Amino acid sequence: MQEVTFGTVLWMTSAAFLTICIFSFLYRDNPLYRFAEHLVVGVSAGYWIAILYHTSLTDLWIEPLGASISAFGQPGGSFVAKFGALVLNILPGLIGLLMFSRFFAKTSWISRWPIAFYLGVSAGVALPLFLQSFVVRQVAANMVNPADIFGTMAADLTILFNYGNSTLLFWQGFGELIIVVGCICGLAYFYFSAEHKGIMGGAAKVGIWILMIGFGATFGYTVMSRISLLIGRFNYLISWVSAIGDFLRI
Amino acid sequence: MAKSSFWQKVIDIDRRWIYLVIGIVTFVPILKYIGMPVAVTSEVKAVYDMIESLPPGSIVMVPMEFDPATAAELEPMSRAVLRHCFSRNLKVISTAFMIDGVVLIERDLREIAAEYGKEYGQDYVYLGYKPYMQIVLLNMGENFRKPFPRDYYGARLDELPMMFGVNNYSNISCIVNINATSGADYWINYASGRYGAKLALGVTAVMATDYYAFLQSGQIFGLIGGLKGAAEYEKLIGRNKDVANRSMDAVSVAHVFIILFIVIGNIAFFVTGRQKRL
Repeated sequence: MQEVTFGTVLWMTSAAFLTICIFSFLYRDNPLYRFAEHLVVGVSAGYWIAILYHTSLTDLWIEPLGASISAFGQPGGSFVAKFGALVLNILPGLIGLLMFSRFFAKTSWISRWPIAFYLGVSAGVALPLFLQSFVVRQVAANMVNPADIFGTMAADLTILFNYGNSTLLFWQGFGELIIVVGCICGLAYFYFSAEHKGIMGGAAKVGIWILMIGFGATFGYTVMSRISLLIGRFNYLISWVSAIGDFLRI
Repeated sequence: MAKSSFWQKVIDIDRRWIYLVIGIVTFVPILKYIGMPVAVTSEVKAVYDMIESLPPGSIVMVPMEFDPATAAELEPMSRAVLRHCFSRNLKVISTAFMIDGVVLIERDLREIAAEYGKEYGQDYVYLGYKPYMQIVLLNMGENFRKPFPRDYYGARLDELPMMFGVNNYSNISCIVNINATSGADYWINYASGRYGAKLALGVTAVMATDYYAFLQSGQIFGLIGGLKGAAEYEKLIGRNKDVANRSMDAVSVAHVFIILFIVIGNIAFFVTGRQKRL
């Protein structure tokens, strides 16, 4: 077992204290909660700067820029290539520095340039792929041949009645049927150019049920998620108490 | 109207009593392990089967995107997947695209690797954090060295024996992305969609329902959802008393009480006739 030092107990106690500060909000808003809240915002900002500097700025900008500058002092290679590499390494830094223009009211408009550059690149890269992954592939997944579904279900029932055992393929087919019907009915509910009467009305009603079942499943998962987070904190508090016990040799 | 006034009191109850009851019923089962059964679902088994089917020495990518706020759900999951990979002598490449979790994930990776006597650079590599995830994912499809000239510890990737000849997703057997953010979409879009990498997701329970659609469409081969998914994976690798399994008792008891509260709340709602005033 890892030895529990005074430092370990000190840091664990700080974290436990902050956990209790946050929990105190369940009773009502109070200064301890606000202290913990402000602390996490401040610490996060400092932490982000340190991580970004050490894991991104140094190896993606400072080092390549330094290398392209020092290349001028080395023999060989064309001047144009060296100059091109230098410009390519200076540009990202310059574009990034433009963001700091936001600190001054008169020049704040300049910061829109790096934002526009990033949005333009992101949109250009993302749009075709997003359409493919989130629309085309999802639509394709719903295009199931009904003959295949009913054929599978019928085959399973035949085996069940003739041999007394099921391959469970009936339920697989039934599931696929629900997905296809649920998808069509869900879309029918959101089709507003026709009045929800007759077949359209019936489909829309089934669509509402499908949506409600979906929301119910999401709610159930959300409850589990929140309880899991509570358990995580309780587990931490228990480990804190046991660490104090180990330190005091209780 | 004694009956009515009772239900009115139920409606008017201070919500802090509910918090207290949920706190108690969650806390007690943590102290006393009951060991309620955990059934393994096919989507979690699919991830296990994929890792189980890989020959020793294969490279699995386990990018982990969670922070202290979501660690309660995703840390047990990450640890279970890493334990499975290392126990099968698979090599692991990991990244952390959620900045608050960079150090947390490094610790998990280091601790689990040490459990199985794995050596950094030979058996696993931690690339760490880089901003603008979608650009990084696209670049990794070309070459890991483009977004990550150096690993988390500052070593050049070419200095790490495990990375010799490992250039992009095509050299990876599969990706098991443990994710607490919408960044999971980027993995589906770029790693799986653009570069055809085999992808499975491990997500928080809140996110799980969103990603079942991708499981059905075959864009991901497996899905581990929340603490329950983590408990299933722990069970599959034979670690029935790890943190996720021990926590499932508390989850189950808390769920029973929440359902009870919902039922009581609804009865009170209708008995007091509040629905008529809506």
